[in-house]
Amino acid sequence: MIADLGIVFGRVLFVMMFMLNLGGILTWVERKQSAIMQDRIGANRASIRIPLIGVRLRILGLLHPLADAIKMLTKEDFMPARADRFLFSLAPFVSVFFALTAFASIPFGDTLRVGDRVIPLQAVTLNVGVLYVFAMLSLGVYGVMMAGWASANNFALLGGQRSAALMISAEIAIGASIMGVVMVYGSLDLQDIVRGQGHPLFPQIFGEWIPAWGIVTQPLAFLLFLTAGIAATKRIPFDMPEGESEIIGYFVEYSGMKFGMFAMADFLETVVIAGMTTALFLGGWQVPYLQPDGFHFPWGAVATLPQVLVALLQVGAFVVKVCVMIFVMMLVRWTLPRFRYDQAMRLGWLGLFPLSILNIVLTGIALLLAGGPA
Amino acid sequence: MNLGQRFYLREVVAGVALTAGHFFRNMGKHIAHALGRKDARGAVTIQYPEERRPYSPRLRTLHRLVRREDGSPRCVACMMCETVCPARCIYIVATEHPNPEIEKMPERFDIDLGKCVFCGYCVEACPEDAIRMDTGILEFSSYSRLGMIYTKETLLALEPATADGKPTSPVPIPATRTV
Repeated sequence: MIADLGIVFGRVLFVMMFMLNLGGILTWVERKQSAIMQDRIGANRASIRIPLIGVRLRILGLLHPLADAIKMLTKEDFMPARADRFLFSLAPFVSVFFALTAFASIPFGDTLRVGDRVIPLQAVTLNVGVLYVFAMLSLGVYGVMMAGWASANNFALLGGQRSAALMISAEIAIGASIMGVVMVYGSLDLQDIVRGQGHPLFPQIFGEWIPAWGIVTQPLAFLLFLTAGIAATKRIPFDMPEGESEIIGYFVEYSGMKFGMFAMADFLETVVIAGMTTALFLGGWQVPYLQPDGFHFPWGAVATLPQVLVALLQVGAFVVKVCVMIFVMMLVRWTLPRFRYDQAMRLGWLGLFPLSILNIVLTGIALLLAGGPA
Repeated sequence: MNLGQRFYLREVVAGVALTAGHFFRNMGKHIAHALGRKDARGAVTIQYPEERRPYSPRLRTLHRLVRREDGSPRCVACMMCETVCPARCIYIVATEHPNPEIEKMPERFDIDLGKCVFCGYCVEACPEDAIRMDTGILEFSSYSRLGMIYTKETLLALEPATADGKPTSPVPIPATRTV
């Protein structure tokens, strides 16, 4: 009983720690990656003086997130006189909460067998995991709208409204592009979808060489999902809700850690979208040719591995894939200019949405010809 | 825009390839630098104040008063610089020089650097070549206006910069600075 509770606690703790640490480090990654992309060095001045030795420890600027947090926490927490006090304070928590919980149903590994226990490596085992993630992501926008409304500031209200409009046009495309993946693997359970991606693609033609990852079976859906996903994170090139560089967004009245939480929510959403892309299109925790009992290479070689090592490899593969996806999203964020409001709307409604419907139709025809889900 | 550009995706890929190329090239140089190849530089950043780029020898920096061989100022308190100064930041009080061959010398020679615009007219106007702006010192700042006033003694103690603009004197702290 206690052991069961401990296992559940451990699973949730892993996901929480993964999300929170990655979210915190992403502020550093964003600064450093953009700097290196632009031939700069990036923030490297925050330091801790070690007492007695007197050495200043900089560790590549990794202390900057810490310095930021201290700054945010000690700043004045300003609230406009006519703001709705309750909603104004609730909004950042809503944003962060839903961004954090969204990751719960994304599997970070297969199962771990300890004695006679089978532990699923997933914070919550849900048979509607895909829907759950999107429900949480959509609910996250309520925090943003709440912030815009409760600030008693017309600019903030406009920012919140822009955010809602962007969210709707992105969410539709996300939901519709996912449908192709759900059709191919025949399940709404993310764990099932990831397991389905371990099978070889068309064994009659390619043998065991190509694993049926979503990016191979659904390349169009991958592009659509990634685009709509980046739009859902409200970051450049789709950052007109906040427009941190010049136009005024929904958090114009926020200061201190409440503002920091909105910034944090953006990073957490980036992690969620990266995790979703990994689970749906990059094979989740799958390592190519790795079966539960070891490697089975297509040329016939077999390398048996202990079960714990397989689980570790899978979790490692998942983390690496998520990090690669985050890297790609950061690259896009630091490369493209911002879309104008009407351009983003047009892209969402006249570009992504019809294409994802087309993808569903094409997938249906292909499945009919191939004879059922993979 | 042609069709390929209107489609946008190709241009996005081209742009991301460009920035990613920069990232990996610079990252490789950073790693090479960390591994001991000190000539590999992954960034164009000059890490001021530890690193400085050489200043041009023509750069107009903090003033200094040129000394005679006996250490007294070469200035004869002719008031040319005070007159020509567009910012009116030079204040001179003249006095007799002990040497009868030299008419006058400044008793006080104050420059208010809070007002100075670094035009260099004082250097050009000086008939005795007694004031120069070649110390290479640019980092004088103060929390108070009084702290920006540099007196004769401070300005006399300064030395010219080296050929690549490196200052040879320490940044002076004016007598009037309290904070």
